[in-house]
Amino acid sequence: MTKEKRTTRDGFGEALVEAARKDPHIVALTADLRESMRLDGFAEQFPNRFFEIGVAEENMVGIAAGLALTGKTPVTCSYAVFNPQNTMGPIRSSVCYSKTNVKIIGGHAGISTGPDGATHQALEDIAMMRTLPNMIVVVPADYHEAKKATQAILDYHGPAYLRIGKYLTQPVSDENTEFKLGKATILREGNTVAIIACGTMVAEAIKAADQLETHNVSTEVLNMHTIKPIDRFSILELAGHVQLIVTIEEHQITGGLGSAVAEVLAELPQHPPLHRIGMLDQFGESGPSDALLKKYGLTADAIVDLALSKI
Amino acid sequence: MNAASQFLSQAELTEIARKIRVSIVSMLTAAGSGHTAGALGMVEIFTSLYFDRAKIDPSNPSWPDRDYILLSAGHTCPVLYATLAEKGFFDKKELDTFRDINTRLQGHPHLHSLPGIEITSGALGQGLSQAVGMALGLQLDQKDNRVYCIMSDGEQQEGQTWEAYMYAGDHSLSNLTAFIDRNHIQIGGNSNNVLPLNRLSEMIRSFGWETITIDGHSFSALHSAMDRAEQHEQPTAIICETTPGKGVSFIESDFEWHGKPPSEEELQRALEELGVQS
Repeated sequence: MTKEKRTTRDGFGEALVEAARKDPHIVALTADLRESMRLDGFAEQFPNRFFEIGVAEENMVGIAAGLALTGKTPVTCSYAVFNPQNTMGPIRSSVCYSKTNVKIIGGHAGISTGPDGATHQALEDIAMMRTLPNMIVVVPADYHEAKKATQAILDYHGPAYLRIGKYLTQPVSDENTEFKLGKATILREGNTVAIIACGTMVAEAIKAADQLETHNVSTEVLNMHTIKPIDRFSILELAGHVQLIVTIEEHQITGGLGSAVAEVLAELPQHPPLHRIGMLDQFGESGPSDALLKKYGLTADAIVDLALSKI
Repeated sequence: MNAASQFLSQAELTEIARKIRVSIVSMLTAAGSGHTAGALGMVEIFTSLYFDRAKIDPSNPSWPDRDYILLSAGHTCPVLYATLAEKGFFDKKELDTFRDINTRLQGHPHLHSLPGIEITSGALGQGLSQAVGMALGLQLDQKDNRVYCIMSDGEQQEGQTWEAYMYAGDHSLSNLTAFIDRNHIQIGGNSNNVLPLNRLSEMIRSFGWETITIDGHSFSALHSAMDRAEQHEQPTAIICETTPGKGVSFIESDFEWHGKPPSEEELQRALEELGVQS
């Protein structure tokens, strides 16, 4: 596996071009974030299928729904704080209720967006999208997974939310790693602690597992790239063989991955304790990405400290 | 294929409009809730589109060469449902299930519930963007179908509507025609007392559209406005001055009728005015 750090947005942009070469129905829309959302390649190669909507995210989603109703597969691209966070209404009615085949791509998600500050750090988007009927929610962990996730949501007919970012992530997969919507990937096997992570936090989970092994704590790591539909089977399987489950995500601890896991566990007569790591009902702030992740406890060290204190 | 090719006379269109009004008040009373004034005021617009203008085929609602008629102001759906039934998309008997449990006639239109519905609507301001998307999609496919989007005047207060105007005007979407039911009322009162829209035509023109203001109850005015819209190189907004509650004297021009149905007694009076023998 290569060690080169890359972004999920690069994976998305490249996969979109590859997919569009094969499928003439794919069209892309953006609200004045063409370069940032890595759409330059698409716009240059498919100028007729690229729509610059201007800074009007609600209109972008509405236009996408209309394009879908004429048989296109529209991919709407903006920062996650704007799409889906400014576009919840049109997504609910024009996309989800209508089951239009619209893809919502939320970029610059999470606190690792960094210096732009809290207005640009989406930390509630998973929760918002997860509650909508007919919507699926996918959070790729690295460049290669973003490529596969992009292809997967385009192959899937129906509303889909893909959460990507600009953070340079340590690779946790390569082009040969299997990716299946709704099926978590087991990255480490263990029987004492389980870490369930998504997005940028998957690399931290692996680092934490390596550190925990040095303390003789056997640790399993699950990459829960699909938050909805959640992989119940993998969670139930874990619950049967570990003593502690930890979730970690660049998102509020309410409504996102941690909550989705909690909902599955809560239905069991008994299950290991669950601890959720994430943003604690708070907004972010400006700063370098790594400094922010450290300040808000979204690191391998935070997982290790928590796990050691609970077992 | 389409009744439009048969060129119905004014008298025939007037008779269709009367029947649609009878259906509207009857289904609203049967439902016990719903929006009466706007629906009655838009009858000529719908009659014109479905019986005089648009390429549509009730026996093949998803005909790829059809014109797309979008109702953006979803609360006025009794006029849409009554028109679709009159046109033969489904049996008129089903109108009495409006708003009831397990009905296909949802309180606000749902795309997949009923044949003939082109978009889900109810949350105001979302229709014109979808119409723009359809107009773009048809242009991509080099098809000449037209897109008609019917809005209320109240939803001209929604920001998304203006985002859509701006985009369509800048991109000269000549295959798109908007209708605005300018009835001057909304749920909270007369528009003038909520948020006046006195410069509506001027505002829409400044976004790169052609506008035509007409009497929204005149079939000949509607017909010629749509003829003119087809000649324009820009999208056209047809501002239809209408009387809310048109056709039933005690409902006309009273904003209190925005969101309530006729009682049984009021229905009988309404039906008498609409020429139904009891």
